[in-house]
Amino acid sequence: MIRLTVNGESMQLYSANNLQELLDKLHLGAQRVAVEVNCEIIPRSLHAQTRVREGDRIEIVRAIGGG
Amino acid sequence: MTTEISLNDPMIVAGRSFNSRLMVGTGKYKDMAETQQAIEASGAEIVTVALRRTNIGQNPGEPNLLDVVSPEKYTILPNTAFCYTADEAVRTCRLARELLDGHDLVKLEVLGDDKTLYPNVTETLAAAETLIKDGFKVMVYTSDDPLVAKRLEEMGCVAVMPLGAPIGSGLGICNPNNIKLILENANVPIIVDAGVGTPSDATLAMELGCEGVLMNSAIAHAQNPVLMAQAMRKAVECGREGYLAGRMPRKSYATASSPMEGLIGSK
Repeated sequence: MIRLTVNGESMQLYSANNLQELLDKLHLGAQRVAVEVNCEIIPRSLHAQTRVREGDRIEIVRAIGGG
Repeated sequence: MTTEISLNDPMIVAGRSFNSRLMVGTGKYKDMAETQQAIEASGAEIVTVALRRTNIGQNPGEPNLLDVVSPEKYTILPNTAFCYTADEAVRTCRLARELLDGHDLVKLEVLGDDKTLYPNVTETLAAAETLIKDGFKVMVYTSDDPLVAKRLEEMGCVAVMPLGAPIGSGLGICNPNNIKLILENANVPIIVDAGVGTPSDATLAMELGCEGVLMNSAIAHAQNPVLMAQAMRKAVECGREGYLAGRMPRKSYATASSPMEGLIGSK
């Protein structure tokens, strides 16, 4: 089990090895989002090969209405 | 019968050509359907969006704004709204570039305080410098200070966007003289961003010679947003045509429109 912070919320994860699996678990795998791990942007093409590690701080953002 | 004069008068921003000079935001609408209808009615080609954290574990199936405002159809202009430091703004722009597959056109706004949402100019300058070095094409929201506007242009911003009045205030163009001073020295598009409340405000901005107008609340907070979007489209076109046509000179006293000669009863 590893502990992560995702969008400011603590989260315990039993089975996610990489970012893509995490996004799928959060039902965001098919959505248009951008992801930062520990303040570093991880390009979409690298999600499947980027391991998530204990203590990672992950930000997942999307576009919303704004002026 | 009327015959419309058709103008080939595109707005050029960052080397790209746009037929519409009205840019619109996507915030504050009742729902996605209204957002879509209003944007359609506005005729806008450049549409701003904000970036926020996704909801974790809530409404996973909620509609995504980019499904409604498709990047294939519109030029998406991600903003840095509610960033208060240069670092936050730069981070947001980089995330937007990733989100939009390398899209490099951004609306930079770094705010100073909650009450006025006035731009923090020093942080804006710092963010602009970093973003331009990083390859972004920066359309920058700023105060209506002619010296700051010039400085942002010289740094390499692709458009300078002074406020007409505070964001969301609907007060119109509070200082048209400053907008004129900015326009006199400008070599990049000057776009009034923020403050417009009515179609006549948008027309005034265009009559002054602005290249375009960006607005959100004036449409989204109208009683009928879709009708207001249509009105704003016409207002911007109207102001542009008036500007290109060139206004008559102002005079202090009357000048008759009808001839004096041939008046009945004259000698």
